[in-house]
Amino acid sequence: MNRENSGYTIIYAAVMVIIVALGLSFTHQVLNEKQTANVNIDKMQQILRSLNIDASTDEAQAQYDALVKNAYLVDNKGTKIEGTEGTTPNDPAFSTELGSDDLQGLPVYEAQVGETKVYVLPMRGAGLWGPIWGYLAVEADGSTVYGSEFGHASETPGLGAEIVEPAFRSQFSGKELIKENEFRSIAVVKPGQRVASRDYVDGISGGTITSKGVDAMLLNSIGDYEKFLMNLHAAQQ
Amino acid sequence: MALSSKTKAVLLGPLSKNNPIIVQVLGICSALAVTSKLEPSLVMAIAVTIVTAFANMIISLLRKSIPNRIRIIVQLVVVASLVTIVSEVLKAYSYDVNKQLSVFVGLIVTNCILMGRLEAFALGNGPWPSFLDGIGNGLGYGWILVVVGFFRELLGSGTLMNFQVIPDALYEMGYENNGLMVLAPMALLLVGCIIWIHRANNKELQEKTN
Repeated sequence: MNRENSGYTIIYAAVMVIIVALGLSFTHQVLNEKQTANVNIDKMQQILRSLNIDASTDEAQAQYDALVKNAYLVDNKGTKIEGTEGTTPNDPAFSTELGSDDLQGLPVYEAQVGETKVYVLPMRGAGLWGPIWGYLAVEADGSTVYGSEFGHASETPGLGAEIVEPAFRSQFSGKELIKENEFRSIAVVKPGQRVASRDYVDGISGGTITSKGVDAMLLNSIGDYEKFLMNLHAAQQ
Repeated sequence: MALSSKTKAVLLGPLSKNNPIIVQVLGICSALAVTSKLEPSLVMAIAVTIVTAFANMIISLLRKSIPNRIRIIVQLVVVASLVTIVSEVLKAYSYDVNKQLSVFVGLIVTNCILMGRLEAFALGNGPWPSFLDGIGNGLGYGWILVVVGFFRELLGSGTLMNFQVIPDALYEMGYENNGLMVLAPMALLLVGCIIWIHRANNKELQEKTN
């Protein structure tokens, strides 16, 4: 057989690609379920971390089920969209990705930690090298932060990537989003600086752009929930 | 199982005298990037060993039928599909490690060791020696990763496989983790140290100076 023949080369390439494609799609189909489960567990762990609970992979599901009582979508007026309740990965609140084109509403997770009722709100923004995301847990007054969780795709290790560390995250607890009946978010500033009229936390030294990204993410993503938070705030007074 | 001296050389040569990292200086990129902890280093070592071994074997089986003009393309397709399978399996069974390794699993495709072995060995040898050659080179790459990962995690984070090994008492006496160890440059220095020790022990590897 002549291996240099063009016809042979083309048929060889075509057959090879078809075999490989079949093999890969088969692998993907077989493992897909398990992969989705892992992604869901990872999301539950993030939500739990925003509630200041570090759950292992095995415990995450049980802890999540025990603490998160309800989840739903809210519209831009801050009212719950009927028929969107449910906490399982198949329900709209869990499966909604912020930033997708056909956003039906904004996800809210209601958790009960001891005596405290906490609302967990997802966030999404941009860091220096790629996307950053997070969860902010807000108490029932719609203003006081209970805890926070941040994640990133590719921030610089040791600098921007430090946003995931408890040293940074824990600063948010107890800070207030609403001042004088107005939504002001929480500022992330250079360590040592101060901001009048709104609560602030120290950014990461050497991770200025990531810190600014977190600042913008809080302002924008939590800002989208402004009506929802103001409603909660008004109900408390 | 008795191995002939030739197969022994194929399997064990890459561990020392023919080591891909410290003698041929291939695959440095991923060696620096994934070794900040021991666990990803181990997983990476295993992944590369599996991919090299099977890619070598498959290419060796196909070597008499591959059209010469698309030789490299065929090699890439085989390597890329194996890497995709490894990556899918990691996502399903070792999600955390997969997150740490991030893009580097995918980048196994571009690991110079792989294409090097396919071109230099698999195209000219039978499936079984090629398989052993892949295992040998994968392990030769892997043990360097594990050694570097061991020292970087121990000195940089005070842990091994995420278990704390440096006692709290030492920290109270003022011991601090070396933050520099976590960054990639220290991996290069460590690899340099290994090369230094290795050459000092293997005089025939030393270049002649004028």
